[in-house]
Amino acid sequence: MPIVLIVAEQQPDGNLRKATLNAISAGKQLAEKAGGELHIALVGKDPAKAGDELKGFGAKAVHVGAAPELEHYLAETYAPAIAALAQELKADYIGMASTAQGKDLLPRVAGRLRAAMATDVMAINGSGADITFTRPMWAGNVFADVKLTTPVKVLTLRATEFTAAAGGQGASEVKAFSPKVEASKTKFVDFKEVKSARPELTEARVVVSGGRGTKGDFKEIEGLADDLGAAVGASRAVCDAGWVPNDLQVGQTGKVVAPALYIAAGISGAIQHLAGMKSSKTIVAINKDPEAPIFQVADYGMVADLFKVLPELRAELAKLK
Amino acid sequence: MKILVTAKRVEDPESKIKVKPDGSGIVQEGLKYKINPFDEIGVEEGLRLVAKHQGEVVVVSIGGKEVQEQLRHALAMGAHRAVWVNHTGPVDQLGIAGLLQKVVEKEQPDLVVLGKQSIDDDQNQVGQYLAEFLGWGQATFASKVESMESEQEKNKVPAIVVSADKKSVQVIREVDNGLATVECQLPAVVTTDLRLNQPRYASLPGIMKAKSKPIEELSPAKLGVDVTPAIQVLKMSSPPPRKAGIKVEDVPSLVAKLHNEAKVV
Ligand SMILES: Cc1cc2nc3c(=O)[nH]c(=O)nc-3n(C[C@H](O)[C@H](O)[C@H](O)COP(=O)(O)OP(=O)(O)OC[C@H]3O[C@@H](n4cnc5c(N)ncnc54)[C@H](O)[C@@H]3O)c2cc1C
Ligand SMILES: Cc1cc2nc3c(=O)[nH]c(=O)nc-3n(C[C@H](O)[C@H](O)[C@H](O)COP(=O)(O)OP(=O)(O)OC[C@H]3O[C@@H](n4cnc5c(N)ncnc54)[C@H](O)[C@@H]3O)c2cc1C
Repeated sequence: MPIVLIVAEQQPDGNLRKATLNAISAGKQLAEKAGGELHIALVGKDPAKAGDELKGFGAKAVHVGAAPELEHYLAETYAPAIAALAQELKADYIGMASTAQGKDLLPRVAGRLRAAMATDVMAINGSGADITFTRPMWAGNVFADVKLTTPVKVLTLRATEFTAAAGGQGASEVKAFSPKVEASKTKFVDFKEVKSARPELTEARVVVSGGRGTKGDFKEIEGLADDLGAAVGASRAVCDAGWVPNDLQVGQTGKVVAPALYIAAGISGAIQHLAGMKSSKTIVAINKDPEAPIFQVADYGMVADLFKVLPELRAELAKLK
Repeated sequence: MKILVTAKRVEDPESKIKVKPDGSGIVQEGLKYKINPFDEIGVEEGLRLVAKHQGEVVVVSIGGKEVQEQLRHALAMGAHRAVWVNHTGPVDQLGIAGLLQKVVEKEQPDLVVLGKQSIDDDQNQVGQYLAEFLGWGQATFASKVESMESEQEKNKVPAIVVSADKKSVQVIREVDNGLATVECQLPAVVTTDLRLNQPRYASLPGIMKAKSKPIEELSPAKLGVDVTPAIQVLKMSSPPPRKAGIKVEDVPSLVAKLHNEAKVV
């Protein structure tokens, strides 16, 4: 029976990374289509609490591996642990959310198992042995259906394309295992977290993004975001200039978001930016230039100066309350 | 230091990519090609490191005869010599990493720098595969703390810091929710993110000089690597178009639409 192993991710504070739930839901779908069963893996220094949280998602088993050497995430130490578990379980598919960690770790796991891999999977097609995956290429200009032909197949799963799995589906067996530990040539030095009181960009219901048109003045962007309980996003130009943290970049090489509402102010709509926000349900664009490509994807466009529009918008929205 | 940098040939990121009606690939006519932007950042970082620590930058590209254009571009930027793995058929990430492993074993560099992803396949895999195949440390998504417009960037200081004994490198990595710093023993594999540096332009004398720099030719057969793809692209399609939106004249009508029509506020 095909085995699907989904790798869960912990945040630095030990909590489960939310995108893991989307990956679990993709894993469930894959297990159903392949006619197999779902397993979940979690490794770290102290993963017991997050492991416990994973019980309610209907997996056959949750495999939790603790080792002091796994205190800080490193691809070099996590990959042998995950690969050895996958071999022991005879996993046919190994998947993880398309986070920075997923994209760093899984190709290394795939390398160990000489497995082919698809990045940023958006859909799972077919059934039985005939499974294919849809994934974006050329900044989302092309959707490709790909087939992996190695015995083990590795995937990262785009969180915005799969709903978050709901808990409360019985209690999976939690199995402790001793993760394979290998010496590492890489050492963790430090992690500087960007903390924000606002919701996480990839999970927010509303995102307000600013581009070069803001000239670095994000006051109104942030004000509107706070009025709406929204996350703040940005184009590459804004991050390059150092106006906002890199972490806020939306796009091909930044974060992929799909909120109910995406407001783009002073963003031209380069294809690389669109790659990260085109699946948003409703898109609003505010741009001085009527020819800006962002208007081609916007549901509601306003050709106007953002410095005039944003304060008006905040005042008008306040009236709704 | 000897630094090996990859230079993949990709469509210009400004290109309009269209899928062929039969879904077998993309329309090639009228496309312009470039070095993968992430690889260009890799060449720049290699050059800065060598400027500081001496040594040479060797660029590698895998593909048909046309990839020599990208190798010449890297040579014109200042790379010292080039390796061309001549191969025209399909090849996937496993194949590319397998070929690069052999080139690395032959060249024995202190550091291999690759792009974090290529802008055509967007797979983000080759560097990690390669590090695993070699049993080396990896630092993906190398970035820097300063803005691209900072004084430091303008003064072209490398962001990847080599230790005094030249036995390790410290790399700042751009990850979700912040910046992580790791230290890798050399030799190691680093993949570049967008904000690692601002690549230089190739100067006219650079372009002239590049013409006489050597390009060594290899092949999968010479390197003894089977590159039969294990990833098959069965079909390509265009993403579903978004339905045409409307322009609104003023803020009250925008808010009315968002409230009554889209029901998002
Ligand atoms: C390999 C690669 C990867 C990339 N990845 C990404 C990515 O992940 N994300 C990303 O965003 N970009 C990415 N880019 C960059 C992308 O191509 C664009 O350069 C970038 O998105 C432009 O940002 P912008 O829209 O803010 O700036 P600009 O293109 O300069 O647009 C600014 C816009 O603001 C408007 N404007 C100016 N003043 C005002 C005002 N007062 N009121 C209203 N409107 C105003 C202008 O009309 C203009 O349309 C990538 C590029 C490459 C080559
Ligand atoms: C004729 C042809 C047929 C192809 N057929 C297939 C196919 O059947 N299946 C398939 O999956 N792909 C195919 N490809 C695409 C392709 O070459 C590989 O998938 C690609 O090499 C890996 O790209 P990536 O975006 O996945 O790599 P990433 O992992 O995103 O790239 C990371 C980095 O690896 C380095 N790199 C990648 N490729 C090269 C290269 N060629 N030379 C030097 N450095 C490189 C670069 O530094 C790049 O920035 C084909 C390409 C060609 C030209």
